[in-house]
Amino acid sequence: MDTSRRKFLTYAGVSVLGLAAMPAVDAWASDTPYVVSSKQLKATRWAMVVDTTKLNSEADFAPLIEACHSIHNVPDIPTKQNIKWIWYDERERVFPDDENPYMAEAFEHKNYLLLCNHCFEPPCVRVCPTKATFKREDGIVMMDFHRCIGCRYCMAGCPYGARSFNFMDPRLHLDAAKENKEFPTRTKGVVEKCNFCYERLADGKLPACVEASKGALIFGDLDDPKSEVRKVLKERYSIRRKPSIGTQPNVYYLI
Amino acid sequence: MYDGSKIIVGLLVFVGMMTFPFWNNIGKAAYKTPELKLPPKSVATECVEGKEFMREKHMQLLNDWRDEAVRNGERLYVSQANHKQYQISLQNSCMKCHDNKEEFCDKCHNSASVSPYCWDCHIAPPKKGN
Repeated sequence: MDTSRRKFLTYAGVSVLGLAAMPAVDAWASDTPYVVSSKQLKATRWAMVVDTTKLNSEADFAPLIEACHSIHNVPDIPTKQNIKWIWYDERERVFPDDENPYMAEAFEHKNYLLLCNHCFEPPCVRVCPTKATFKREDGIVMMDFHRCIGCRYCMAGCPYGARSFNFMDPRLHLDAAKENKEFPTRTKGVVEKCNFCYERLADGKLPACVEASKGALIFGDLDDPKSEVRKVLKERYSIRRKPSIGTQPNVYYLI
Repeated sequence: MYDGSKIIVGLLVFVGMMTFPFWNNIGKAAYKTPELKLPPKSVATECVEGKEFMREKHMQLLNDWRDEAVRNGERLYVSQANHKQYQISLQNSCMKCHDNKEEFCDKCHNSASVSPYCWDCHIAPPKKGN
């Protein structure tokens, strides 16, 4: 080899310069006609805190469910094949690990609000064979209905029962006059669930249930120490569903 | 030729069946591109891209729109034709001007025998006719 030390250093220097210029070249090459709206609410880990002390009777839950299901065209099917994005259930099915036989009466049969937990480690995303369900950069576990093949692996994977399958055309159970014309329905053979109102966040609005909750639901960025969710979690005792399985839900319950 | 008559009859039947579409259509009117009903000038004077682009590539554009909006969260499109920004949405952008699915989408799709499944989920605007 007759490479001199001087030559070697010159080549090394030029190579490093090339690397330094790469981001600029990348930015120029990836010039696409697509942009994120300036109204978009941004976060790195969206989370919701449910104040269970404010949600007790059916009348407390109903407006939240109505707000969600009406804007997302979620049908109400009076059988086991019903579709749920947000609903409620009794304690023993919400916190099944909590096997205390002498629970205080007020809590024994209390109902808790349920929705997709938008897990930090979502099992549904790991099992989906088509990547129809995926985790966005802001932490929302999203469904791309265009890709869903209806295999229902995600339903088996979800430990919280947050997913519903369309056994029939949902439009059979939707009133065409009351449909939200700005949001699609789903079709027979796809799985659906809560999407943390990504379409409202893109428009600078908070999720519909949060807006309808009169303070019972708090929404914000868990990675931002100044966010309202972090403040309230710092002050009050909170639990999450099935913590032992390691899915790291982003929905917290204040007790 | 052994069995010549059978072979010739068989060939005739084969050629006849192969050319069925041609002689069946003799004398019929030639295929005409359906005329689309565009929105009146009072509603819109331009689309997100030029007419030729939309005619040739609206399916690719809609596919890209779908992926960018749903998967990448990029919900605004900058037109290459007039450099304006448009919201990426079939129901809230396209169909706000082209609010007659029968006269705009279906006419061509039916004539070309394609059946995209957009409307299994997306809600077509109520019929009124622009």
